[in-house]
Amino acid sequence: MDKCIACGECTKKCPGKTDDEYNEGLDKRKAIYVAYPQAVPLKYAIDPAVCVKLLKDKCGTCAKVCPTGAINYEDKEEILTLNVGSVIMAAGFKPFDPSKLDNLQYAKFPNVVTSIEFERILSAGGPSHGHIECYPDKAEPKKIAWLQCVGSRDQNKCGNSYCSSVCCMYAVKEAMMAKDHISGEFEASIFLMDMRTYGKDFEKYYERAKDQGVRFVRSRIHTITQDENHKLIATYVSEDGKNITEVFDMVVLSVGMETPADLAAVVRNMGIELNANNFVVTDSFSPVETSRKGFYVCGALQEPKDIPMAVMEASAAACDAGTSLSPARGTLTRTRTYPAETDIMGQDPRIGVFVCNCGTNIGGIVNVPEVAAYARTLPHVAFVEENMFTCSQDTQDKMKQVIEKNGLNRIVVAACTPRTHEPLFQETLKDAGLNKYLIEMANIRNQCSWVHSKEPELATAKAKDLVRIAVAKVSLMRALPQPTVGIVQKGLVIGGGVAGMTSALGLAKQGFFTTLVEKEAVLGGNALHLNQTWKGEPIAENVAKLVKDVRENALIQVFTGATVKDTAGFIGNFKTTLSVNGKDQTIDHGAVIIATGAKERKPTEYLYGEDERVLTHLELDQRMAKDSSFLKTMNAAVFIQCVGSREPERPYCSKVCCTHSVKSALKFKEVNPDLDVYVLYRDIRTYGQREEKYKEARDKGVIFVRYDLDHKPLVQKEGSSLSVTVRDHVLGMNLGLEPDLIVLASAIVPEDNAALAQMFKLSLNDDRFFMEAHAKLRPVDFATDGIFLAGMAHYPKPVEESIAQAKAAASRATVVLSKETVTVDGVVSQVNEALCRGCGACEEACAFGAITVRVREDDVKIASVQQALCKGCAACSVACPTGAAGVFHYNNEVLTMIETALES
Amino acid sequence: MSQDFNPQILTFACNWCSYAAADLAGVSRFQYPPNMRIIRVMCSGGINPNYILKAFEKGADGVLVSG
Repeated sequence: MDKCIACGECTKKCPGKTDDEYNEGLDKRKAIYVAYPQAVPLKYAIDPAVCVKLLKDKCGTCAKVCPTGAINYEDKEEILTLNVGSVIMAAGFKPFDPSKLDNLQYAKFPNVVTSIEFERILSAGGPSHGHIECYPDKAEPKKIAWLQCVGSRDQNKCGNSYCSSVCCMYAVKEAMMAKDHISGEFEASIFLMDMRTYGKDFEKYYERAKDQGVRFVRSRIHTITQDENHKLIATYVSEDGKNITEVFDMVVLSVGMETPADLAAVVRNMGIELNANNFVVTDSFSPVETSRKGFYVCGALQEPKDIPMAVMEASAAACDAGTSLSPARGTLTRTRTYPAETDIMGQDPRIGVFVCNCGTNIGGIVNVPEVAAYARTLPHVAFVEENMFTCSQDTQDKMKQVIEKNGLNRIVVAACTPRTHEPLFQETLKDAGLNKYLIEMANIRNQCSWVHSKEPELATAKAKDLVRIAVAKVSLMRALPQPTVGIVQKGLVIGGGVAGMTSALGLAKQGFFTTLVEKEAVLGGNALHLNQTWKGEPIAENVAKLVKDVRENALIQVFTGATVKDTAGFIGNFKTTLSVNGKDQTIDHGAVIIATGAKERKPTEYLYGEDERVLTHLELDQRMAKDSSFLKTMNAAVFIQCVGSREPERPYCSKVCCTHSVKSALKFKEVNPDLDVYVLYRDIRTYGQREEKYKEARDKGVIFVRYDLDHKPLVQKEGSSLSVTVRDHVLGMNLGLEPDLIVLASAIVPEDNAALAQMFKLSLNDDRFFMEAHAKLRPVDFATDGIFLAGMAHYPKPVEESIAQAKAAASRATVVLSKETVTVDGVVSQVNEALCRGCGACEEACAFGAITVRVREDDVKIASVQQALCKGCAACSVACPTGAAGVFHYNNEVLTMIETALES
Repeated sequence: MSQDFNPQILTFACNWCSYAAADLAGVSRFQYPPNMRIIRVMCSGGINPNYILKAFEKGADGVLVSG
């Protein structure tokens, strides 16, 4: 595998063909193949079920054409025995196979596809290169229907009673993308039961889709047939009870997630408990721990979930797994040593150019000897060599000798892409005693020979240009320092709720001293007012245990009645001043976790505050915690959902309220089975396995009545009794209720985070929740290094998700705190103080909090860069009106590249 | 525009997305005309308007900023 350079010669000549699994079998791949173009590592593999050599000992073409001798037919599956202290289960899910649902005709009609197939169809790397095509004439569809809940929320047809959590959002996304891909008239319709866009910023996307004309139909298509032109005829019952037949060009089935049976068997065999849905059983207070000690779980094997949640759980599992391993941290590592760096200051550039053939990948198209000869004519070039493979180990050894022997002080490698290979050559430079930033690559493979294979002469001319540009740039490049900065191996956690306490424990259990700051007098936050999780675990007991663990941990210092007053510093070196009961206290720390939570909004509607029978969720929980017998004398209770959420003023879903109301309604029925319980809702968003509670509530007689934003329920007081009027969407009539109790599912609103955001230079989103570095892939990081996010300060979420995110934040902070020093990258910004006039434009432009305008001793305002935080994006240099700010190697060097590129 | 017009195009591509996409185009063997030169930058936000003006001044027929 080490020898494979992913040139693709093998696959080009391979005669064996089979269905391409990555493209869902919509097109073909060869017997020797790379699983998908972005695969890491990018290496080809042989499919033994298709390969003629392995099946019949014939062919062998790939071994003949492989330029590096990487093909090994003798490679066999090996059984490896590993000695490990923790195991993380992240085996994922399988999309539901709709073939068995004969009413949807997936197996029979080619224009009925699954959502995963549609993803591939939309992809530029997919079977039709991103063009959406219909069977049989490859015409662009003008009308597509998405059918939600295929293989989810369906006990009868498939046995999956749970909600798959992600399909609503991906269907909206696919519909929006299809609108982009299809020119002219196009109608996208989504057939759904409830629209579950409960994630951060999802609701806004749903609203945007509605504005852009995506049609949302509340119905399930029950039958699909086909007409003589292969159009699909869908039959469904509209909301007002009419039987409707509609014709579509294509139908996309929004298939759910399930654990494949063979995986479930493996997991069970390992002694890990799965529930009836074949998901790993976990506790809300230890959301990534399985029933077997030392085994942790993350992702959809635990329950269907989206990417951000899976990523959070992955880091949480790393935190838990790391806790038990922390005594062994670093015991198996070795440090590599390099020779002392040669000082090239004052030397004229002596450039070595290495031109790679990459077997025939470059050399087969580009005339490499001609490029090499041309390189010899360029200024400052002292040495030129052609290589068969510049990246091979023997070339590295040779390159090192050549650098030393010829006194080279700058290197150009004309080969593949710096994105994959620059680090390799930088290592070689370091081995040769050169600063690692003295290399520039000319990408004459990925961006030349591979994309101009029909025009060898023009490709050669382009390769020469690319080498000339690289030589011009490297001539200007200099040795860049990579200073190391010491790290204060201590953590600070702001917020003493469930998330904050969990984060503090996560850090302390890995051996890091942590300060926990809580503004109230007691630890616990919102959880102190909640009774039970949706699974029925008692919250008070668990929170009390958490508080006790925190208080008893010698590595956690707790300040209550404390707020953050000021902070300075950067990753590894923060100095934060706290105000503890009015007195200042300064602490040093290397990382920060922000877990400042959120709060329940006090409603202004539905007679709240005017009648004591109108309560919020938290108030209800507190009352029930004391004594729930008050319910026994009641006749009717009404829950009203989305009170202040999903409205123009607060256009987000508060995520937890549907489940909370359903759970409370069940409790009502348990205490008083004769009580009439109504839930007035817009969409019931009991995602994942919470759906089973929703079903149980319906089975137990809780009545769910849907309303829409234009017809909100009317709550009035008539004499001493309360009346609720709501329009029933099934009957099309007003329903009058006279409840003894009204529970408002009031929105969750953020704390006032503005001051904290400003102090730590963090962003808030439009709804005033903290904004993470990347919504999907970095859900607990901030763009500024060393600062992390957990709990409801990020977005409303239930306790198990807050805990997972808190553990994730602790894990991410551990990455910083476990090192004694941090190395600063060389390609960073610097400000020329002589040109800076302190306007602050750079500070405003910097997304990473790396530039601050400060007042120098002589009272002059100057911008200064904290290079440990700088990512080298150069946004500062664009914003700078005087040319004072600039990034090393991306300043005048770029202008020179432009000039050189255009001088031919 | 005449048929044999062969414009010189200069592209500024962000290292983290478009430059990677150009690499992927290579891996996928997508073919495109060889009259474009790509300059890698660390962020499209770091492309100074001067760079674009300089490109036109030096005779570029088109500039593509991608990030």
